[in-house]
Amino acid sequence: MKYKYLKHTADAKFRAFGKDIDEVFTNSALAMFNILGKTDEVKSTKKIKIKIKARNYERLLYDFLEELIFLLDTEGFFLFEVKEIKISEKFELEAVVVGDDYKNYDLKSDIKAVTYSDMKIEKTKKGYEATVVVDI
Amino acid sequence: MATKWDKKVKKIEEHIYQIDKEGCMNVPVRIFASEKLLKKIKEDDSIQQGVNMSCMPGIQKQSIMMSDAHQGYGFPVGGVAAFDMECGCISPGGIGFDINCGVRLLTTNLTKKDVKSKIKELIDTLFSNVPSGVGSEASVRLSDEDYEEVLNSGLDWCLKEGYAIEEDLDHCEENGHMKTADASKISPRAKKRGRRQLGTLGAGNHFLEIQFVDEIFDDEVANTFGLEKDNVVVLIHTGSRGLGHQTCSDYLKKIEDEYSDIVDKLPEKDLAYAPADSQLGKDYLGAMSAAANYGWCNRQLITHFTRKSFEKVFGKEVKLNLVYDVAHNIAKVEEYKIGDKKKKVLVHRKGATRAFGPGHKEIPKIYREIGQPIFIPGSMGTSSWVLVGTDKAMNETFSSTPHGAGRMMSRHEANKRFTTENVIENLEKHKIYIKAASRRGITEEAPGAYKDVDEVIEVADKIGIGKKVARLVPMGVMKG
Repeated sequence: MKYKYLKHTADAKFRAFGKDIDEVFTNSALAMFNILGKTDEVKSTKKIKIKIKARNYERLLYDFLEELIFLLDTEGFFLFEVKEIKISEKFELEAVVVGDDYKNYDLKSDIKAVTYSDMKIEKTKKGYEATVVVDI
Repeated sequence: MATKWDKKVKKIEEHIYQIDKEGCMNVPVRIFASEKLLKKIKEDDSIQQGVNMSCMPGIQKQSIMMSDAHQGYGFPVGGVAAFDMECGCISPGGIGFDINCGVRLLTTNLTKKDVKSKIKELIDTLFSNVPSGVGSEASVRLSDEDYEEVLNSGLDWCLKEGYAIEEDLDHCEENGHMKTADASKISPRAKKRGRRQLGTLGAGNHFLEIQFVDEIFDDEVANTFGLEKDNVVVLIHTGSRGLGHQTCSDYLKKIEDEYSDIVDKLPEKDLAYAPADSQLGKDYLGAMSAAANYGWCNRQLITHFTRKSFEKVFGKEVKLNLVYDVAHNIAKVEEYKIGDKKKKVLVHRKGATRAFGPGHKEIPKIYREIGQPIFIPGSMGTSSWVLVGTDKAMNETFSSTPHGAGRMMSRHEANKRFTTENVIENLEKHKIYIKAASRRGITEEAPGAYKDVDEVIEVADKIGIGKKVARLVPMGVMKG
């Protein structure tokens, strides 16, 4: 399983899984965009490079997801896949995200922001898992 | 279902509950709700968030939760807290990501009968004039100078550009211009996010509804507000779009960086706060105020497009007057009697509506003797309400009253439980025409996913923190 949605009254909460940090970040991005639409139906016409540095993994995940919301709002970017993601132990992230113009799809809501509410990145027996609530 | 709060939440009087001060709490928590709504509130983490609020520095009198409270991030939605201006704090999460999310009501000189046969044409016209939905783009292009003015002077800019009339400014909280605004405190990223969204409705729970006055509960007040039975009104519910969301997010992170010693000890990072008298605290007040000005300009531009749409469908004689515009996600410097002294405090309202009682100097002159107009939107397709502010709200809740129905079902659950077709069908049964930017978004906002707004209103009315004036019933819904 890449991710699952958890119960939350007003907003959207998800838990993403991955064998390593790179994969858990990738699946978090997919979980977030699938709140709005279906990423597997999206074409790959746009390619954007992302580079972020933070002080810990939580903040890095916050900033990564926030960057994607920023791209959605300013460039109309809707995600198909996260390609070539690389996260260093110094909390530096480099990734290439691929997707299409949101106008070609039926997206059901805005995502206002990433929140720190209940945010967790944990090591498990199988790898890592991340829990995130986004404000809708 | 028994919860850990059952023993701690004590009934003080009808519809008022309290959690006494203990542990880190600086003040008690007060919940203003009926037994039925309290039961719902206990089901998620909102009470814990109310307790967290009461532990914050400089909080005055009590941490307040409204009857429509539900779990938020940091503060619960439906939470109110007032902080000392010197030893208190300012918290972006205590205001919400959608700074100056709010509601305005317009009256028309049309009746239900005039509009009934043209509702589809009207909603369709509005739909083509008011951009809505995810990433909707504005039709107004702003120069850099214009954009600064929007942020620094709010509705003054709209008046200058011909998007507002003088009366609109008189009938808006803060006259649509918070003097504490400082556009230079808004990041280039936030500016970029909001740049092409001014005058757009957005998505989620935001909407524009054509409604009629179904029942009047106070003739004198309704008359002063310009409300007549069976007359058609327009309710607009939206906020400061990406600019506000990014501003809240930016400052949450700035506070995390500058006050990591405070933030690391908090039960939830979204409670992050800066001391009210610190430079960062002052910067956030400037940024939040600028985002609030953007929010008022956003609702004003939508008003302008709404007026144009009505003129197109009903001719030039149609007149839309702004009754009032209230913010329900904002922090304000206000004066209250605390102990035996009058004191300025920073009131955070996160999903709560200001409810000044009669005589308050910030109420427009024509309403001043009777109290401030309050609008509480229901969920999509259900009743919305007009209330009037009271002295009791000034004394009990730092002049605050609920802001809406409040969700009770997650979006995920709503998607499983309802289909777009049956939500539309149900609305049509009640003679409500709906048009949405996203068909799939309709199920998430299904009326069944929300608490009963009528119950929320009854409680406010019975406690006396907002008195019923009129009930509004929708005829047409435009949803993002």
